[in-house]
Amino acid sequence: MNIRENIKTLVIKKPLKLDCGKTINNFPLAYETYGSLNKNKDNAILVFHALTGDQFVTGINPVTKKDGWWSYAVGPNKSIDTNKYFVICANVIGGCMGSFGPSHKNPDTNKIYGTDFPVITINDMVNAQVNLLDHFEIKKLFSVVGGSMGGMQVLQFISNYPDKASTVVPIACTSNHSAQNIAFNELGRQAIASDHNWSDGKYLSNNTLPNKGLSVARMAAHITYLSKKGLQEKFGRKLQERDALKFGFDADFQIESYLRYQGSVFVDRFDANSYLYITRAMDYFDLVKQFDGNLSNAFKKTKAKFFIISFTSDWLYPTQENKDIVIALNAIGADVGFVEIKSDKGHDSFLLDVPDFLKTLKNFLDKSYSER
Amino acid sequence: MKTEYKIIVDLIEEKTRVLDVGCDDGTLMESLKKDKNVDARGIEISKYKVQTCISKGLTVIEGNAELDLKQFPNDSFDYVVLGQTLQAFVNPEIVIKELLRVGKKAIITIPNFGHWKVRLNLLIKGTMPITESLPNDWYNTPNIHMCTIKDFVKFSKIINFKIFKSLALTNKNISNINNSNLFYKNLFAELGIFLIEK
Repeated sequence: MNIRENIKTLVIKKPLKLDCGKTINNFPLAYETYGSLNKNKDNAILVFHALTGDQFVTGINPVTKKDGWWSYAVGPNKSIDTNKYFVICANVIGGCMGSFGPSHKNPDTNKIYGTDFPVITINDMVNAQVNLLDHFEIKKLFSVVGGSMGGMQVLQFISNYPDKASTVVPIACTSNHSAQNIAFNELGRQAIASDHNWSDGKYLSNNTLPNKGLSVARMAAHITYLSKKGLQEKFGRKLQERDALKFGFDADFQIESYLRYQGSVFVDRFDANSYLYITRAMDYFDLVKQFDGNLSNAFKKTKAKFFIISFTSDWLYPTQENKDIVIALNAIGADVGFVEIKSDKGHDSFLLDVPDFLKTLKNFLDKSYSER
Repeated sequence: MKTEYKIIVDLIEEKTRVLDVGCDDGTLMESLKKDKNVDARGIEISKYKVQTCISKGLTVIEGNAELDLKQFPNDSFDYVVLGQTLQAFVNPEIVIKELLRVGKKAIITIPNFGHWKVRLNLLIKGTMPITESLPNDWYNTPNIHMCTIKDFVKFSKIINFKIFKSLALTNKNISNINNSNLFYKNLFAELGIFLIEK
């Protein structure tokens, strides 16, 4: 995608050795900030975004013109109070909102990378973003916070940089992707790859877009973000602008129409190759394996205070997977709190108006900040 | 604060690590932190009470003592506190053994089913006793394994743990329980408070 106005970009000069073996340097990292950094530089929170998020956490996203993805949680007087905290969020590398990704040109060949872009990992994402701390001259973040893939980055961050955050809040996430998680991601990737317009990833050079494939990928993924109960209550078997079934394959049901809509708006803001790369990074994430089968070792060096949050109806990253992180932390006597929030809104609960969640997150952060 | 909590705070030494099992809204943990500079952790089964604890800045995990104590390593706490919930577990023996595995010492409080009002209630009415501290009917009570102070003392010999200190709470008065006054304490105390070791 084109470099747009309104996107702040930091060029990372320091070489970054990726897990795949390649080294990148002089690459762009797009970011946004909210609130202001205090004199002691101890009020910064690094927020990590999920699979299809970006750096525009709250307010109006200048590119999509819609509310930022975490507008419920981040803003003045909200859970992550921008009157109090300096919030930083970067677009992950591999993404498509200005950070180094597959839609960028390869300076060596002057061609768009496409699938020649190196495969990146959650570890690579975090190692790229830690450069923001140097940029803002922040020695230690007050907190690292993120849900879903953002939570994976939170876990990786504190494992890589144990002294660089005082509090750690992974939400609705896991320490390694399950077979089911990988299966759903593969479904999305295959939907994209089977779109003729994808052209082995060279669609930007060909001026065609695999919109059908990308929208099907989004539709499938979207189902995994909701709960059966939530879907049933919202849509049930309600028909879409019709009184009776039409005996055809149009969107008879409201749920069909809703998913088609979600798919169609997604392609306007997301790049298909980025979708491949980021889902791959999630699939490769295995913090347990990184520490030879013992998750506790990932957290042995940190004195940070953890607070882990899961949701009752989240079947994508269910409570037990979140609890495994709690267990690993308790096994080494770490300071860890945990709560499962009651919600029918599925995995997406962390993005939505779930008052118990928003209140608890705020209470944890504000209390920890006042006691720091 | 409840007299029971004051007694527990007094039993705990300064600057120790304490796990409060069934920490409720965190009242005890707060005073342990404030008065004894304790590194306090809690487990609580009610998600709403966990949220209250978090808002007080307490480190609490949502969980169930029968399932979630096993994640803590041996001797990871100086004290483990179990307040008035032993009678609600399916297997009190396993819970006590777990408390003493995770903690070097445990403090257990039990509502005394041997109290004269309870006895009288059953004797006269002939129905399961309902009192201030035991307000539920037999069919909806969470207390499936009620015991008396005497039962608990006997239990210590059966499953082999040491009672280091035993206190009786009667009308907000605290007194020691010993072999010679056990009969009376078991009749008049509302609550038994025991500091135990392996």
